[in-house]
Amino acid sequence: MSFWNWEWVGTHLDLIGEKLGEHLWLTLLAVGFGLVVSFPLAILAHRRARTYPAITWVTGLLYTIPSLALFALLVPFTGLSTLTAEIGLVSYTLLILIRNAVTGLGGTPEDVKEAARAMGYSERGVLWRVELPLALPVIVAGIRIATVTTIGLVTVTALIGKGGLGALMLGGFRRLYPQIAILVGVALSVALAVAADRVLLWAQRALTPWARRTRSVTAT
Amino acid sequence: MGDTMISLRHVAKRFPGTRTPAVRDLSLDVDRGETVVLVGPSGCGKTTTMKMINRLIEPTSGTIEVDGTDVMAQDPVRLRRGMGYVIQSIGLMPHRTVAQNIATVPRLEGWDDARIDRRVRELAATLRLDEELLDRYPAELSGGQRQRVGVARALAVDPPVMLMDEPFAAVDPIVRAVLQDQFLDIQRRLRKTIVFVTHDIDEAIKMADRIAILNLGGVLEQHAPPEEILREPANAFVEEFVGAERGLKRLALIKVSEIDVDEGPVVSPEDDAEKARALIRDGGFGWVSVLEDGELLGWVDEAMLEGKARVSDATPRRFSAYVTAEDSLRQALDSIVTSRTNVAVVVTEGQRYRGILTLERVSREIVS
Amino acid sequence: MGPEDSERHRDMSEPGFFSEVVEWFADPLHWEGSFGVPSRLVEHLIMSGVSVLAASILALPVGMYIGHSRRLETLVVSVANLGRAIPSFGLIFLAVLVMGLGLDFPASLRPAALFALTLLAIPPILTNTYVGIQGVDPDTLEAARGMGLTEGQVLRGLELPLAAPLIMGGIRTAAVQVVATATLAAVIGGGGLGRFILDGFATGDDAQIFAGALLVALLAVLTEVSLGLLQRAVSPRTSPGRRREVPEPTPVAGPAA
Repeated sequence: MSFWNWEWVGTHLDLIGEKLGEHLWLTLLAVGFGLVVSFPLAILAHRRARTYPAITWVTGLLYTIPSLALFALLVPFTGLSTLTAEIGLVSYTLLILIRNAVTGLGGTPEDVKEAARAMGYSERGVLWRVELPLALPVIVAGIRIATVTTIGLVTVTALIGKGGLGALMLGGFRRLYPQIAILVGVALSVALAVAADRVLLWAQRALTPWARRTRSVTAT
Repeated sequence: MGDTMISLRHVAKRFPGTRTPAVRDLSLDVDRGETVVLVGPSGCGKTTTMKMINRLIEPTSGTIEVDGTDVMAQDPVRLRRGMGYVIQSIGLMPHRTVAQNIATVPRLEGWDDARIDRRVRELAATLRLDEELLDRYPAELSGGQRQRVGVARALAVDPPVMLMDEPFAAVDPIVRAVLQDQFLDIQRRLRKTIVFVTHDIDEAIKMADRIAILNLGGVLEQHAPPEEILREPANAFVEEFVGAERGLKRLALIKVSEIDVDEGPVVSPEDDAEKARALIRDGGFGWVSVLEDGELLGWVDEAMLEGKARVSDATPRRFSAYVTAEDSLRQALDSIVTSRTNVAVVVTEGQRYRGILTLERVSREIVS
Repeated sequence: MGPEDSERHRDMSEPGFFSEVVEWFADPLHWEGSFGVPSRLVEHLIMSGVSVLAASILALPVGMYIGHSRRLETLVVSVANLGRAIPSFGLIFLAVLVMGLGLDFPASLRPAALFALTLLAIPPILTNTYVGIQGVDPDTLEAARGMGLTEGQVLRGLELPLAAPLIMGGIRTAAVQVVATATLAAVIGGGGLGRFILDGFATGDDAQIFAGALLVALLAVLTEVSLGLLQRAVSPRTSPGRRREVPEPTPVAGPAA
């Protein structure tokens, strides 16, 4: 049997589709929870600058710990479960999401904020109506990096029995599937990352029409 | 006037961690409908003083009343919505269109869409902003346009008070002059109570009903109309601050119609050429003006009258430049020194002759 | 081990587990011979060091050239984006398909693992070198050229020293990712600290999984911290007494495995 076993691919489209779906679901869950956790922390760090070093220290430590090690540290407690996978995946999104949100929120020019206050915006109004919309491009840039990174990391969760497309790769290596499954897994994973990046970029452009004509270099 | 709109009483501001107060003890009144320009060197506390009025900075001590109410007793948000605010960098919101920027305060105040739309268009017309600009974002505007949008935004809910901090400093001198003239024109109609901050004494002289000259630490050195400050500087500091050309600057504040002009040598077309020749010789100018029923036809000199019996036989030459009664003495002076004959001819509407201005006559106004 | 593996749960407060982990570390057997912690650590370090070195040899000159000449700039962006999109987990298996398991090589020098780790390390080094070199103030460059410095002198005397912190930052990011991903070499039968985790998965030995994970995490953090200090050391002084502020490492690529 040659490597190019298209027949297997053709007859196992539903398996491939299922893994792709699982991959997408694990990614959405991780980035979604990542946003839920990081947003209040970013607001806190923005409002109380003294909390920022502590927040980046903790999230930076989580970011540095290799993913397989983090999953392995959790397995004795949460088992080979989606929960284990998600705790690890969410942890990795936090540093990127928080750093970009804080950079974005802090990027509003002083004069714009002063003008807003002088027109009678409350502090809450300045945050929600001025700082947050202006920070959107940088925040979305963070979501893009977090999403693409997560799509790559999801593959590793194959080692704890999840993995989405990573399960195709590991299965192909362990001869559970033909070897072409490795290539299918990698190709679909790259395609998913590129597609997610494009969709988010499009969403960001749609949400921030004012930034369309000015090319901005965003902190990542 | 005399009806006080903004009143500062013994106001002081000391920023935490600084040794000297930004404002030591300032008392100042601004009348309803008047433009008071705060001017002084950097560090004189002029911007701090202005920001204490809308509580962007809160005074350490003293009281500030606006329309009879202590600002510290009011909710800062409500207080600020009743005051227009324009700053040098304008601070337009980059994520909102021009129309949305102008509509900021009306929207906060809960106006309905139709009313907001009407108001935005009205203001665009007032500020001479093309309607097609309304859908653009601030990044797509020129400096002068942004400044106009900033003023329109500040005027949106027609607040009685305007605070302006170097509003025209960021644009080039030509655009600045246009914006100043436009704003003076608007202010003549709207009669807002304006506190205007600048470091430029010429801008202060041009814009102010009264100028408040501040020294370091917010010390009020003089608070008077521009003409008075130029004529009688209260002390050496003011004299130095207004500069060596204060006599010339003062001329800009006096209109030709406010002073007596010399009649000058005049003949009518029916007069004998001989009479005209005598006036040319005695008048000391080398020419006479020719008037027909008070209307200025031009001037003639001896060469043009040669061999003519009557003035009407010669063709008067038109004056190359006139000064109108509404022009300032500074413009008249300019006209005098650039004219071939070293006088300025003053006319009113419809070429009605008023007289002439000489260098000697104008210089009497400089010294007085 | 597959998706159908039974889920094991353990009570966090269970006192026995942590003493098991302590016992694992205390067991002299785990510190001896070619399967002991020191050998696995050396394997892990050799594997990571060789990969980062290879990536530096490839990426540094290219990044310097592009940053200095401002040509082929899109190449940097493409490599950075591609590097982020390709899962390193899959890259290792693809490398095995091409090069085989390479069981004749020492456990620390399996070609498939070295290949995948080197590819993984290239984007951060390339991007940061490029960004560092091209970010040197153009006025400073113009003044230097105006004084008669050759292009080579501009690069060596000006661009490289000023870009050094960022370049070092790229190497640091790459090294931390490589150290992390080298754990996965165990999946294809290579050495390194990942062995403890993978063997623990295979035998269901939770204490060993946990102990291996702790070792890997510790090594990653130590790598991050020590290279951070190195990065500080290469920052040129731009004011008396104080070193230039070390730029934040930009997470140009996400954390690897």
